[in-house]
Amino acid sequence: MRLTHPRCKVRELPALRTFTSARRTSWSRWIHERHSSTSTPESKVPKMPTWESIAESQLPPPTKVSPDLVDKLERLALVDFGSKEGVDCLEKAIRFADQLHVVNTDGVEPMDSVLEDRALYLRADAVTEGECAEELLTLAKNTIEEYFVAPPGNIPLPQREESPAHSEL
Amino acid sequence: MLGLSIREVSQALKEGRLSATELCRKCINQIERTRFLNAYITITEEQAMEQAQRADDRLRTGKPLGSLDGIPFSVKDNFCTENIETTCASIMLKGYVPPFNATVVQKLLDQGAVLIGKNNLDEFAMGSGSTDGAFGPVRNPWSYAASYREQSRGDPDSDWVIAGGSSGGSAAAVASLSSFLALGSDTGGSTRNPGSLCGVVALKPTYGLVSRHGLIPLVNSMDVPGILTRSVHDAAIVLRTLQGQDEKDSTTVQAQSTPHSIPEDFDIRDMCVGLPKEYHAPDLSKETLAQWSRVADMFEKAGARVREVSLPHTQHSIVCYHVLCCCEVASNMARFDGLEYGHRSAVDSSTDAMYATTRHEGFNNVVRRRALSGNYFLLKQNYERYFVKAQQIRRLIAEDFKRVFSSGVDVLLTPTTLSDATRYSDFIQEDNRTRSTQDDIFTQPVNMAGLPAITLPTGISHRGLPISLQLIGQTLQDWKLLTVAHWLEQQVNFPMIRFHGDSNEREVERSVSERTHITGL
Repeated sequence: MRLTHPRCKVRELPALRTFTSARRTSWSRWIHERHSSTSTPESKVPKMPTWESIAESQLPPPTKVSPDLVDKLERLALVDFGSKEGVDCLEKAIRFADQLHVVNTDGVEPMDSVLEDRALYLRADAVTEGECAEELLTLAKNTIEEYFVAPPGNIPLPQREESPAHSEL
Repeated sequence: MLGLSIREVSQALKEGRLSATELCRKCINQIERTRFLNAYITITEEQAMEQAQRADDRLRTGKPLGSLDGIPFSVKDNFCTENIETTCASIMLKGYVPPFNATVVQKLLDQGAVLIGKNNLDEFAMGSGSTDGAFGPVRNPWSYAASYREQSRGDPDSDWVIAGGSSGGSAAAVASLSSFLALGSDTGGSTRNPGSLCGVVALKPTYGLVSRHGLIPLVNSMDVPGILTRSVHDAAIVLRTLQGQDEKDSTTVQAQSTPHSIPEDFDIRDMCVGLPKEYHAPDLSKETLAQWSRVADMFEKAGARVREVSLPHTQHSIVCYHVLCCCEVASNMARFDGLEYGHRSAVDSSTDAMYATTRHEGFNNVVRRRALSGNYFLLKQNYERYFVKAQQIRRLIAEDFKRVFSSGVDVLLTPTTLSDATRYSDFIQEDNRTRSTQDDIFTQPVNMAGLPAITLPTGISHRGLPISLQLIGQTLQDWKLLTVAHWLEQQVNFPMIRFHGDSNEREVERSVSERTHITGL
């Protein structure tokens, strides 16, 4: 069985392809393959990859993550980027996500859940369990009586230049 | 006896040819012998032996709790287990001992099944290799199979292949015969991917058919508990036990009436099998493609109608999944703040500083980066451009499936992964994000649409590793899917793992000769 390797590879952005050209190209290749191949002709498994690459020009300009944005995201997520590599990783993640924009979604309703078309089960509005406060409080590291104990509030995180996570940025 | 199916071993228990304590002891011993696989985070030996003892008491008096009474099982360590540590393979939850059982765990215990341990995974189930957890990577048992070792000249300690992920520990446990069934979770392929690479049966049920209560959430609108077993019939037994509405999970749906077991009088000629052309993705390995063709031909020769179909949005699905997953991760990970449970940093200068350092110390890079990306996509100025856009594409993907199934297709046949298992040393050359976007290509569209899917091994690659294929069914048609999978399983007759004989330092040999003696392999 002769199986040709995909000729068109985009390692960085494996989903960068369009439909119109996909259909055209794969069809012509498939014909070519059928004529030139000695593989079992009856097999209905497609012989060639149908994905097509999308040119950089079809994407919006790449996003550069500014130090201010780094700061904002770290405060929102309450985790730090750790290093320049962490910021690079976000830029790559955004670039990957930019491929969404090649798909036409005009007039398409967003979908939150596959159960959107059925009524979710509602149980009777009655207490069925509880009295477990003590049990739950034992899971916390720091409690007083029946309270979770937090350090002093309303103190903002240190400014960017004070934070060690930014030293590399 | 460890290689027997659930049905066979359950029969032996009922007839008194075998005791539950004896069986439990053998499984614990097998875990110890295969410790180097790192498939388990916690072994619950003491509780398991007590449970097995109680199962024996019931079996002796002829009053078993159910079809799983006395059967040892293991659970991915992101399902809550009462009084047993549940870590998600993260420092964040190290030492966390839940006060309750996940519904799926409780249902198995109620049937008399014996919990022997908690399986290793990628931290918070984020990954496709089971290489990114706080307790180290899981090794694929096939790395120590005769078929692999005979071709590999490498040292068994460095030349081994990944188990897949994120439920790699669960798949490795079932494949290495230490557990008869394991629970995994499947958000974008996390049960099917390792099931596929470890050569076991892995079922992702319809979204909502099996309760998520007690499964620590990753992506709420896609998470489904998964079932890993060594045969389709065993998976059906377990699904029967687990399925159905749960008042603790409002997203569960009522199971349709299901047959007692997989129907034997089924005729494959009544089935229409679709081959989605977009599942020939770039980088699909020649061998996997060859398996796909071989099995498609198998269906056709047996009289099934086989035809090419199109799911045009397939190639965009992984991008869409990437965005939706990061967004839900950003939201779901917000619960871990150090106050109520889990890790808490010693920093006590302010609440925010305590939160930030707790999360810095508790999460690995993968979790932190997904949370940061999610927060970016959810920013007010990006919300429509990324999050809503991805939700729109999600609908297009779900509609692709609907269209194909309403055209008369019963099941879809596709590859599960691009190739057989990658060597660990090669796998870690790329980061987790890149790997997940390559490895989840064929599995995550199903999660977008909430459909049931099953993967089973159909052949062995030239490297001596399993190659598996995936069958996808219509929503809530899990039993039809299992029926077709059962038919296919009988046609391909995939061999059971045979460990390499001369690795005496690992004592694998002893387990192999023991198993060989019993199963006559």
